[in-house]
Amino acid sequence: MRWKSADYTGWGRALGATGQLARPERQSALTALVADAPAPAIGNCRSYGDACLNDGGNAIDMTRLDRFVEFDADSGVLHVEAGITLGEIARIMAPRGWLPAVMPGTGFATVGGAIANDVHGKNHHGAGSFGQHVQAITLVGPKGARRITLKSDPGLFRATVGGLGQTGVIVSAEMQLARCKGDIVTLTERRVANLDEFLGLLDRSEATYTVGWVDATARGDALGRGILEEAETGAGLVPPTRPSKSVPFNAPGFALSAPVVKLFNAAYLRRVPERGRTVVKPINEFFFPLDRIHNWNRLYGKRGFHQFQCVVPLAEAAALKEMLMRISDAGMASPLAVLKRMGPGRAGYMSFPMEGYTLAVDFRNRDAATRLIGQLEDLTAQAGGRIYLAKDSLSGAARVRAMYPEYEKWATEVARADPKGALATDLVRRLGLRDKA
Amino acid sequence: MSETWIILGATSSMARAFIRDLAQQGARLLLAGRDMADLGALAQDCRLRGAAAAEAIAFDARKPKGFGAIIDRVAQFDGTLNAAVFVGSMPDQAEIDADPGLIDGTITDSFTGPARFLQMLAPVMEARGKGVIVGVGSVAGDRGRIGNYVYGAAKAGFATYLSGLRNRMGRKGVHVMTVKPGPVDTAMTWGLGRMPFMTDPETVSRDILKGVRKRRNVVYTAGIWRIVMAVIRSIPEPIFKKLSV
Repeated sequence: MRWKSADYTGWGRALGATGQLARPERQSALTALVADAPAPAIGNCRSYGDACLNDGGNAIDMTRLDRFVEFDADSGVLHVEAGITLGEIARIMAPRGWLPAVMPGTGFATVGGAIANDVHGKNHHGAGSFGQHVQAITLVGPKGARRITLKSDPGLFRATVGGLGQTGVIVSAEMQLARCKGDIVTLTERRVANLDEFLGLLDRSEATYTVGWVDATARGDALGRGILEEAETGAGLVPPTRPSKSVPFNAPGFALSAPVVKLFNAAYLRRVPERGRTVVKPINEFFFPLDRIHNWNRLYGKRGFHQFQCVVPLAEAAALKEMLMRISDAGMASPLAVLKRMGPGRAGYMSFPMEGYTLAVDFRNRDAATRLIGQLEDLTAQAGGRIYLAKDSLSGAARVRAMYPEYEKWATEVARADPKGALATDLVRRLGLRDKA
Repeated sequence: MSETWIILGATSSMARAFIRDLAQQGARLLLAGRDMADLGALAQDCRLRGAAAAEAIAFDARKPKGFGAIIDRVAQFDGTLNAAVFVGSMPDQAEIDADPGLIDGTITDSFTGPARFLQMLAPVMEARGKGVIVGVGSVAGDRGRIGNYVYGAAKAGFATYLSGLRNRMGRKGVHVMTVKPGPVDTAMTWGLGRMPFMTDPETVSRDILKGVRKRRNVVYTAGIWRIVMAVIRSIPEPIFKKLSV
């Protein structure tokens, strides 16, 4: 297997790595590669920080191992190679009435990445996390391939789902798809006046898919205003999505400066009529809105950006309010801020979800943003919440261990599965997750 | 669509993207190559993506004894028959300099093997009076260059062969299309350093399908290579021999 020297970054582009990448296209090549030189596997590098980086070392690019292996049309169990993207599965399967049971905000995420980060979607309150629908995982290690299930290897399975790729290279997965009526969604959008109304609406929502967009620049009585989106899949005919556009170069700093964001957000809010509206869209436009603009991460300029995402328990709405206040006071938010109510569903020791409210906000990479994110992490910790490692690029070891109560169980399984630490990534090193306590 | 495609070199990165597009259109696929395990996985992938049928069949450009059985199998399918040839090998020029014996294999993989196969397939397709043959060459065949002239020579030979075959088959309603990709992001070019106007297998596949639809004779992909190669071909030999392009 030939190795390629490459500079690559996480999706936020604030952190990068230089190293050697291999990109096997056949199972036999992968098995030989792992036997010879085990290295962390990466997919489309859609995690924001350094979960997908191995600076100064090797990594295995899995994106060409992307085949459908088996599908049972009666039960809806789909077996795929780990490098296939969720968008591709949706594209092929939705017209036949099936969708991945959980879809994150980008269709470019691979199945391997979705498992390793136990991702969630707009239906988390009902459907739980991605890993809860995974029935079996095939891991490859130096000794060859091994198929594991929750029943056969409960500890290893829970350490693999949400386990940041530390238990072996995920080569394929069998997962339960969810029935859908077709490849469109009926989407109801309504304006929300402030945070209290938002949380009330999220609590009462009975929709399958629910997500809130927050104008993180609004203050005072309007703090936490935004748009609530509720959707159901359905059958119908709508014009296909126009070809995606691309951001050709890094945007200058003023592109997302405070006054621009304020104006944009106000206009974005008014896009939805005061009384709300219901529209019909192709599923990918609803599930993966930003995928229509390739390389949108370049809008944040060449220094990139950080995404802060936390979840806090339901009773801690006050912490959420405090966070939004600090963000709007600092005037540093980007247009991208998302609020959602999560259910308790999680599948791994290091899975992010907990029952509560999750808030995600993007910040252009600069020193003031780093400080602000530090404060937001403090508030999260005080509220008994946690931050999402797939997004994190700034946190520290002690803080993360305190937020993940099952960390020790994960560490024990990982030490057994990869005793030499061959699969360690920059994230794991930065947070000291593989260090002996 | 009751069309059948036989794909030679089906496990190559470029072929795989093309095969998947055909699968989604509901084609019947005969996937020929050497790695039977990988071909089996590919066939299953194609069936799940919508192919009416997909089967793996052993093909080795260097073992022409096996060609007859494949032709027989192809001929069993009714309706329109099509063929696409993706086989080829590109050893490093330095390796060839060290071991000139590698030339034979390179020429067989990229030229004489597939040409012999197509020569055997030609009467079957002529008899049907329709169908398309897609032959994948390379811009490397447009002019011999210091970096890879053995591979280039093989691809040039194949392109000339396809041109003649087009002349013959066109009279019987069978269209022959030559595809000349520039550098493509495949396993073959992985780690060979930065290359100009590189494209990806999905784009190549789209360009091939578009070319087939429009009955083009020679397709460059990315399209810019038509211009680049026109320039390179026009450089007078006394100057060209001193260049390392």
